[in-house]
Amino acid sequence: MSYVLILGAKSDIAKAVAREYAKNGYDLYLAGRNIAELAGFKTDIEIRTNRNVELKEFDMVDFTSHEAFYEALDPKPLGIIVAAGYMVDQKIAQHSLDESLKTLHVNFTGCVSILNIVADDFEAQKRGFIVGISSVAGDRGRKANYIYGSAKAGFSAYLSGLRNRLHVSGIQVMTVKPGFVNTKMTEGLDLPAKLTAEPEEVAYDIFKAQQKGKDILYTKCIWKPIMLVIKHIPEFMFKKMSI
Amino acid sequence: MNLTSWGLYPHIKNRSFSFNSEKSLNKVLEGVKACIPYGYGRSYGDSALAENIVYCKPYNYFLGFDEKEGIVHCQSGVLLSEILEVFVPKGWFLKVTPGTKLITIGGAIASDIHGKNHHVEGCFSECVQEMRIMLANGEIVTCKKGDELFLATCGGMGLTGVILDAKIVLKKVNSKNINQTTIKTKNLKETFESFEKYAHMPYSVAWIDCLAKGENIGKCLLMVGDFADDGDLNFKEKRKLNIPFMFPSFALNNLSVKAFNWLYYKKSPEGESKQTVDIDTFFYPLDAIGNWNRIYGKGGFTQYQFILPKEVSYDGLKEILGSIAESGKGSFLAVLKLYGKANANYLSFPMEGYSLALDFKIEKGLFDLLDRLDKIVVQYGGRIYLTKDVRVSKETFEKGYPMIEKFRAFRRDNGMDKKFHSLQSKRVGI
Repeated sequence: MSYVLILGAKSDIAKAVAREYAKNGYDLYLAGRNIAELAGFKTDIEIRTNRNVELKEFDMVDFTSHEAFYEALDPKPLGIIVAAGYMVDQKIAQHSLDESLKTLHVNFTGCVSILNIVADDFEAQKRGFIVGISSVAGDRGRKANYIYGSAKAGFSAYLSGLRNRLHVSGIQVMTVKPGFVNTKMTEGLDLPAKLTAEPEEVAYDIFKAQQKGKDILYTKCIWKPIMLVIKHIPEFMFKKMSI
Repeated sequence: MNLTSWGLYPHIKNRSFSFNSEKSLNKVLEGVKACIPYGYGRSYGDSALAENIVYCKPYNYFLGFDEKEGIVHCQSGVLLSEILEVFVPKGWFLKVTPGTKLITIGGAIASDIHGKNHHVEGCFSECVQEMRIMLANGEIVTCKKGDELFLATCGGMGLTGVILDAKIVLKKVNSKNINQTTIKTKNLKETFESFEKYAHMPYSVAWIDCLAKGENIGKCLLMVGDFADDGDLNFKEKRKLNIPFMFPSFALNNLSVKAFNWLYYKKSPEGESKQTVDIDTFFYPLDAIGNWNRIYGKGGFTQYQFILPKEVSYDGLKEILGSIAESGKGSFLAVLKLYGKANANYLSFPMEGYSLALDFKIEKGLFDLLDRLDKIVVQYGGRIYLTKDVRVSKETFEKGYPMIEKFRAFRRDNGMDKKFHSLQSKRVGI
């Protein structure tokens, strides 16, 4: 039995990822807040795949609980996928310390807290994979979304360092940078259809890339050249732009 | 958001609302003035297009499976392809399936879809044991065969409420393969004779060459088949080819369609031949090419599908095929099917007879041609399939659907006419 642990399992991307891994023979720990809400989803996966699904209560911003949470998992997971995410409108976030901190904690500090613990375990066992779902928003701060973007930038940098550290132990660390995805989080936003992925597409890309041992995944792949351009716009121009 | 359906025509600006619980759906319904449920966007025309849509695809849990009876209970956003992926390896198949598996359960019910076995198994509603629907006022009602809500909802184009979940009866199969016989005919008379000769076969469908003229009118490839009994249930979902860009709109013209039809017809041996093919090849040949709708270019296309009562099918089809050949407008795909008895649902399309489905690129003069064809269809007592339609007039629609008044009254009595509207329902005055 090989379990994959998915944190923030209630998100649309996480659910699609869960189905993809279960379809390919993995058992699942689905973790998040008020996780009992996923009872129907657990049944769904069991009917679809006959895999084991266990629901685990987990709070990304309750840092001190993380050690006990991971300790209690038996057997330990073969891989972890961090899919927790929180985004509010930039205008709300920039005028509210609470919202700013929540954005930072869910998308960054909480991930650091739990991954520190998981990394030590994987390193000691010399096996495992870590997938962090960051965002293209972390590649460059924009006025439209820089609180969320800076949290994701921090997470991307953390994953990069972790990859560097764990490489010698044979542990894969993959950074996923989705562009626009059609989810609850983006509902009501006017997203360009050609650049927007369905959660199922993102999940399929993640599974395929993880199995191939990739380091960084842009999904849809069109976002790789787009972000390459955006990252290279000189600052004196970028600061005048609205993108 | 810019929204369209499978025909890529029309495009409209709209707002999309999804839901993941009964509570959140209730909120959506309370919050909008009027809306229409939208599944996977595979109906061809404007039946699921409106200013506000309720996007049902993400509402897609399997809720249970009765292994003894083969009854799957699932939410309305589950795709037929997902049901096949899970249950074909266990020896179950859909009792009724259309020519694409990329539609939701909710869509299958709302269109009361049919397949190559209509003359044997009837419409999709036949395999719906029961379903739950959220009505305009947020009330959730369970209905089954015989209930008026069931009669109105199956084939009701989403105009009675939002289907939440349904229990679907599957059929036992012992293979993922189909033994197929292909019959090549020379004209419409032979085509009809072959349909009758093979009426005992559970599955049958014919591809017609619409550009054939004179005595060749109605020549076709008729494919009939049934499941093999070889115990091979190794069915896996294939990743599919994609047409990644729009074809320029001049790519499909009279000549290229002629060439396609000629090749398609030519490569098949004379008379009868036998093949063994899998589920995907037999039932869903076009699903293998994702976004095949793009070959018609940016302007989009429509599918004209009509049905004629059996006793006049031959004459009517001959007249219509003649008109199309005369007009010189090419149809890539023309599919002829035999149907069994009509059911009691208010707006279901099938009746005992033959239907023909033709794809046309949207271009100048097309709607005039289709209006002319409508006249012939009405004159022979036939009707147009709403799921494919984007342009039919209120008058033509009403003549084809004698139970429309019952449907309208049912909507009025239950406040559905205030809450659920599509571009199509407004056009034809449902």
